[in-house]
Amino acid sequence: MEKILQLLIEGEPFNTSQMAEVLNYSVEEVEARLAELKEKNILLGWRPVFNPAKEIDDWVRAVIEVKIKPEREGGFDRLSERISRFDEVESCYLMSGAYDLLVFVKGHHLKAVAGFVSERLATIDGVLSTATHFMLRAYKEQGFLLPGAREDPEKPKISP
Amino acid sequence: MPRSGIREFFELVQGTDDVISLGVGEPGFATPWHIREAAIYALERGKTSYTSNLGLLKLRRVIARYLAREFRVEYHPERQILVTVGVSEALDIALRAIINPGDKVMYHEPCYVSYHPSISMAHGVGVKVPTREEDNFALDPRQLWNYWEPGVKALVLNFPTNPTGGTVSIAQLREVARFAQEKDLLVISDEIYGELTFAGKHTSIASLPGMRDRTILLHGCSKAFAMTGFRIGFACARSELTEAMMKVHQYSMLCAPILSQEAAIEALQNGAEAVARMKDQYRRRRDLIVRKMNQSGLNCHLPNGTFYAFPSIRSTGLDSKSFALKLFEAKRVATVPGNAFGESGEGFIRCNYSTGYGDLLKACQLIDAFVQEL
Ligand SMILES: Cc1ncc(COP(=O)(O)O)c(C=O)c1O
Repeated sequence: MEKILQLLIEGEPFNTSQMAEVLNYSVEEVEARLAELKEKNILLGWRPVFNPAKEIDDWVRAVIEVKIKPEREGGFDRLSERISRFDEVESCYLMSGAYDLLVFVKGHHLKAVAGFVSERLATIDGVLSTATHFMLRAYKEQGFLLPGAREDPEKPKISP
Repeated sequence: MPRSGIREFFELVQGTDDVISLGVGEPGFATPWHIREAAIYALERGKTSYTSNLGLLKLRRVIARYLAREFRVEYHPERQILVTVGVSEALDIALRAIINPGDKVMYHEPCYVSYHPSISMAHGVGVKVPTREEDNFALDPRQLWNYWEPGVKALVLNFPTNPTGGTVSIAQLREVARFAQEKDLLVISDEIYGELTFAGKHTSIASLPGMRDRTILLHGCSKAFAMTGFRIGFACARSELTEAMMKVHQYSMLCAPILSQEAAIEALQNGAEAVARMKDQYRRRRDLIVRKMNQSGLNCHLPNGTFYAFPSIRSTGLDSKSFALKLFEAKRVATVPGNAFGESGEGFIRCNYSTGYGDLLKACQLIDAFVQEL
């Protein structure tokens, strides 16, 4: 795997000059490679990972299982892309199993999410059914254990 | 017996906040979760008893398979493997089992802090053989012949080496083996960092022709599996030697903790992926710190094993203790002065680079600033 890709996956919060130090590249080289990853649609963008328990924006989150009707041409793609375009949708995946799409949505309050499901999502032609699950509490967010679950060992600072 | 050089430094550093520590002798990672989970599961199932003095038979079987596969040396799980409370205990009982008062024991230096004191506590006499920076701290077999004295009974080896990260080539190891055979020595081989060998694969001296029966192989879970707190080691040797070690172990320790033994089974059976992941991190962090030290003017060889770098601080004109002390006072970066690992460590500091990248980069910058300000 490309070294810079590996570093990104590991998720250390580096700026480009720190990346350059770690990888022994020049800053220009790091920037060029990042640009290339974007160019190739491998790297979609940057986002901070927030602690959902801190309710910085009072987000209410839900996962929705959606059954949709595949089409003769394009299968699930047209409808899935259409659903994905809503701002409320954070992620959208085609799944194997009992339903077709798993849609991660967020809204400012419960009513907003409920409204999105009943008025926007469920009314789309080709959406056969939805089942909405509201998230109650996060224990791990995109690879980060939430404080509380995290351990803080009492390690000596010097040992043989 | 002198107080360990590392202790006074420990007390100084321990009481200070906001320290970036490159001074620990253990991995920067917590034990992989699947191993911790195995210990929890064992606790839930009520595994709270003693075990056989030798350790759980299942664990000894797993160790036998692991060593056959990874170290290419075979031991009988029922008679030739003894599970101990860390390699620390294994080293102690190995020495106590084979040393009579006044017997001499050769060891290479700089080395792990316990070797010389453990030899003394077993009423042996330590004979040190220096390893050198110009050899990347490998053991030059000719030095063994030079430093040998009548009355030497055993040779303690530790490759890869704490604190230098040194390893030996197979050719050198063969020469060491020939020396041991020629002088009819027992070898205590502490291979606790074996998996953490970067270029090439670790070779156990016990796997060389004619060496298994004169070697006590010491290994454990502390380093490669990041399990220092579990305190699991093992001593492997021909049956009579194992029996002799067992007698000391039986009365002083009874057995290693059962929960840790259960965790060790999981580690040795299913830990390869986690070990590979951590080792990859160590290799990359090693490359970073070695480059940075050299850029700062601290000459640093590329260590081929462990998670320690051992840069020379001679260019600063300071001795290693003053360097470590001043660095700590000025920049709050803790390292271990090389002379804590014996006189031949003078002129160096040991830096554990297994800490996170963020701290590692910061520490390198602070060391650089410190050196430039001198
Ligand atoms: C070379 C060497 N041997 C033995 C030990 C002790 O390890 P354990 O945790 O198995 O007692 C250490 C720990 O630092 C070490 O570096």
